[in-house]
Amino acid sequence: MSSKPDIYTTKRRGRITNMLFTSACFLATMTCIFLLVLLIWNIIIQGKGWLSWEFIERLPSRFPDKAGIKTALWGSIWLISLTAMFSVPLGVGAALYLEEYAPRSRWRKLIQLNIANLAGVPSIVYGILGLGLFVRALQLERSVLSGALTLTLVVLPIIILASQEALRAVPDSIRRSAYALGATRWQTVWYQVLPASLPGIMTGVILSLSRALGEAAPLIAVGAMAYVPFVPERLTDEFTALPIQIFIWTSRPQEDFHHLAAAGILVLLVVLVSMNAIAIFVRHKYGKKIRW
Amino acid sequence: MEDRSNQEQSTKIEGGEAAVIQLSRVSSLEKAGGLWCSLRPFYEGCIHFMLFVCASISILVTVGIVVVLLYESVQFFYDVPILEFLTGTRWSPLLKPQHFGILPLLCGTMLVAGGSAIVAVPIGLGTAIYLSEYASPRFRDIVKPMLEILAGIPSVVFGYLAIVFVSPIIREIFPSAGVFNAASACIVVGIMILPMIISLSEDILQSVPLSLRAAAFALGANKFEVTVRVIVPAALSGIMASFLLAISRAIGETMAVTLAAGATPKLTLNPLESIQTMTAYIVQVSQGDTPTGTLEYRTIFAVGLALFITTMVMNVIAQYILSRVGERYE
Repeated sequence: MSSKPDIYTTKRRGRITNMLFTSACFLATMTCIFLLVLLIWNIIIQGKGWLSWEFIERLPSRFPDKAGIKTALWGSIWLISLTAMFSVPLGVGAALYLEEYAPRSRWRKLIQLNIANLAGVPSIVYGILGLGLFVRALQLERSVLSGALTLTLVVLPIIILASQEALRAVPDSIRRSAYALGATRWQTVWYQVLPASLPGIMTGVILSLSRALGEAAPLIAVGAMAYVPFVPERLTDEFTALPIQIFIWTSRPQEDFHHLAAAGILVLLVVLVSMNAIAIFVRHKYGKKIRW
Repeated sequence: MEDRSNQEQSTKIEGGEAAVIQLSRVSSLEKAGGLWCSLRPFYEGCIHFMLFVCASISILVTVGIVVVLLYESVQFFYDVPILEFLTGTRWSPLLKPQHFGILPLLCGTMLVAGGSAIVAVPIGLGTAIYLSEYASPRFRDIVKPMLEILAGIPSVVFGYLAIVFVSPIIREIFPSAGVFNAASACIVVGIMILPMIISLSEDILQSVPLSLRAAAFALGANKFEVTVRVIVPAALSGIMASFLLAISRAIGETMAVTLAAGATPKLTLNPLESIQTMTAYIVQVSQGDTPTGTLEYRTIFAVGLALFITTMVMNVIAQYILSRVGERYE
């Protein structure tokens, strides 16, 4: 019974704290997984009865049992295709400049810092920029084109950062061998570096486009809110999108609209998960072929 | 060892050979015309310039954000004194009598950001420590893709969950809570920023050099002591940066908060009440038919400017800390 604990008590106490800490951390990890499963389970339970082929093919309606997501789905397809067309060349081009061309100067550091900060700007701020720049200043009105340009600004920093990472993973020996054989800079980039980094770039592009697909806030800011009973056919047409349709249904008080929203979410999640699956497939299939 | 370096060398040579094959195809194309060869430097220069333009667009975007926000905000501040905007305690620009004090919106935003941090920080840090220090590689391989799925769920989905799932539970426990309440927003936004905290903190923890762990173990410390007294303190500044980035994300979070927290700007810290954040206000105005050029229309630019500055400052601090962390152990 000494006042000071002897070495064995100290050791035992240490073991108990160790065990408690380990289980606390394990519990935290399990909480994350539990939350994910719980949330997805909840959506499936709420939405599964309302999901049908007609739901995808019907136009929006005031009556929940007649409402569908045709215009929203087509709007999203338009938006995502246009966004991909604008953002991929720009983003990959910027990444190529920063990684392959730019001298290690202050200017490059500034651009780099700027891109990292742009990636953290809230998407609604891009929406306000789109409203001021595309909708008002360039007079594009509340069109698919304004929406797609706004989404391009949202995903551009993410695509640039992902492509840069992919380019950085290509070892310098490849570039040096190409230069040694007399290739110019662009030949080196086009025939050697780009093909080698393509799987990484593709993965980044798919992931950022899936982010664009789920964005609703910037589109609401540029005015994609109105009830749109037709599928967009031209760049200047009004539009709605799947996340916006989900937002509208969720903000209604009636229970039935919540079920519709859940069904819409299921469609959105299926598309997103398949895009992610493609990204993983690309990374595994083509990422392994190239070895250095 | 020798065998491995040999192998490395041979693969490098293979890479070179691939380059030879590719290049021979190029040059045969170029032999077709001598003109092409003389145009080559010009062509290269054009490409250089085009890529430069692509990269400069990012600067233009930042300039664009600042110009658009400032242009409309300055006009707004002609009508509303900036002091009233920053210190006023009532926000009701869409109702008469109009009040333009941003404090209620700021308070709502901070309430949601703080609340979501309380939800996300303990769980996130615990998970990051477990994944980095304790978990087997196989367990990590299962958990990390699941966290990626969580990170990929759009924010409007979390808004739906807040209303349909979280809010009823809160009202069951606290009957005084409204349908729209800040607490449900805090919980779902907390879940949203979890993956971000986990992946950033885990990267930071992993970057603590092995020698520190080895030294601590050699002194007789057990795993708990190594983790809590050595690894986490060594990674602390980076972990703080990850919290900052996550909180800045929570501040900019829009759809979930708009759906869950309601639309009543209020200067309160009670999470059971309905509040309004800066982002939710912007959505509210965008949804309605506010005519261009009016004072009400310009409020969203002023609020957007406040939002942009808040998140920008937090991001810059976090980036600065992160860039310092990278240098420390090199």
